[in-house]
Amino acid sequence: MSGTILDTTPRLGDPGQQRADRSAVRRSLAGRIAIHVGLALTALISVFPFYWLVAMATQSTAEIFGYPTRLLPGDQFGVNVANLLDSVDLLGALLNTIFVALASAVLVMFFDSLAAFAFAKFDFPGKDVLFVLLLATFLVPGSLSLVPSFILMSWLGWVGGFEALIVPGMANAFGIFLLRQFAAASIPDSLVEAARIDGAGFFRTYVHVALPMLRGGLAFLGIFTFVAQWNDYVWPLIVMVDPQRQVLQTALQSLNAIYNTDYGMVMAGALISVVPLIVVFLVGARHFISNIAAGALKG
Amino acid sequence: MAATTTATVPATRSAAAPVRRRRRLLSYWPQYVAIAPFYLLFLAFGLFPILFSIYLSFNEWDGVGEMTFVGLGQYQYLVADPRFWNAVSNTFIIWIGSTVPMLFLALLLAFLLHQSIRFKGAYRVAFFLPNVTSMVAMAIVFGSVFSDSFGLANGFLRWLGSQEIGWLTESWAIKLTLVLMVIWRWTGYNAIIYLAGLQAIPTELYDAAKVDGASTWRIFTSVTVPMLRPVILFTVITSTIGGLSLFTEPQVLLANSGGNENSGGPGEAGMTIVLYQYNQAFTQFDFGYGSAIAWALFLIAAVFSIINWRLVREREGLADRRTRRAGR
Repeated sequence: MSGTILDTTPRLGDPGQQRADRSAVRRSLAGRIAIHVGLALTALISVFPFYWLVAMATQSTAEIFGYPTRLLPGDQFGVNVANLLDSVDLLGALLNTIFVALASAVLVMFFDSLAAFAFAKFDFPGKDVLFVLLLATFLVPGSLSLVPSFILMSWLGWVGGFEALIVPGMANAFGIFLLRQFAAASIPDSLVEAARIDGAGFFRTYVHVALPMLRGGLAFLGIFTFVAQWNDYVWPLIVMVDPQRQVLQTALQSLNAIYNTDYGMVMAGALISVVPLIVVFLVGARHFISNIAAGALKG
Repeated sequence: MAATTTATVPATRSAAAPVRRRRRLLSYWPQYVAIAPFYLLFLAFGLFPILFSIYLSFNEWDGVGEMTFVGLGQYQYLVADPRFWNAVSNTFIIWIGSTVPMLFLALLLAFLLHQSIRFKGAYRVAFFLPNVTSMVAMAIVFGSVFSDSFGLANGFLRWLGSQEIGWLTESWAIKLTLVLMVIWRWTGYNAIIYLAGLQAIPTELYDAAKVDGASTWRIFTSVTVPMLRPVILFTVITSTIGGLSLFTEPQVLLANSGGNENSGGPGEAGMTIVLYQYNQAFTQFDFGYGSAIAWALFLIAAVFSIINWRLVREREGLADRRTRRAGR
């Protein structure tokens, strides 16, 4: 406090110091403008492809192919969507994706929070070894097992089915690790103890004590899982072999490969596949971004 | 852990101990049930496929016929396969060409974001947006921006009066387009992570440096970068793993630009290792060779992760020595 009082005291009789102060202010203003120009330019580049997607999805293919390139959105979006719905079952793929992403999010939230609660708040024999084992599975790379996983799915009769997309990832190390941090920080031992004294078993305590207190972590994990499932491409490409039963990403890819001459239509499909996710992201953005960053720091 | 210490009970009661231990273990059943799903799923869908892929890579199999044991045959073929080495070289060029500028740019962005400025939240959202949207849709958008005939990029070059570029047909331009896509998608993500790292650095360190009269650049190189080292290591390792397993970008971007399907465009200029694995396993139905490629990739990724880690650690040693010398 005394420092700030000293700073505001006018230093009469020291014009050199005053000039230095003023130039510092001016430099920092110029600096601040430079910072904003740099950041705004990068933000513009980050967002531009989305604008361009909108611009193209609302133009006819002839307009897209025309020169000079038209930079503003057009008015053909309705036509493009109508063509789209005639060509592929994008609506079906959209519903399939919503189902798979929601089911995955709910199951991951349930299984991961259950395990996280056990790891965070209870002692049981072998706990430490089991947790180290869980962390070690982070090191197992996913692309290593595309081929054998596909063969396993065909043995189980899951090829082309939603089980193949949902079941293998129902409980994952990332979510358990994350929620364990949340549980350790936010669930007081005294509450767990009180529930035990009241005669509540593990699962009752989980439902009535853990779940309500883990809301923040669960919301993040749910959105994260939803986004990841929505965007997943390689695995559905391999395992969703039935053209009648596709998810958005694979439907979009076949749309792009088959109807690549009708650009307006393909762009309309791409736009429809992107918009719901952007809405989900923007709703939870602040929370989402800081959790991603915090996860990286801990990891 | 507690149950393992039951060995310390007096010898006279040792006969009852195993029974009691079993009963105690049983009393923990809810906890074991709670954590069991993860381990069962990992055994079935994580560990088993990996072990199975080792076995597959020693065999020749198309998924339907008889499996034939070929020993190291797949790996011998791999070492002499020019298409595989082309894919390795493409992957390396795209990985290094994107990672180096991307991480520099991300660090710079994080440094700018860390200044006390307005609209910080809005910038963060804008920077992160590319990372949450589907790569398939964005590869389609990039495909049209860089289209040879009507793309925005060539339209701009034409407007400038400059020569147009075959972004999706020329070998170097295909790689450049892929590099730009990776940079666009991941710079913001890395910047957000660096920003979190910056925010975790205690301000006293900056104050001390300022009192010592250090310049902004000096503070950046001698305080910021050393303190960020673990975070930098994290981003380098994730960029390595992500860069080496690049798949969606070339697969979707080059789907219509000539050459065979799933081959990375004309001359296989955009063929990456994972795309080649997909090509061999799921369009040629050569499951054995596909598995061998996967293991080769794993080996390469492991070697580079270790190199990254050692490099960062060595630098740390160097920096420590330098600061100690400066302190004297």
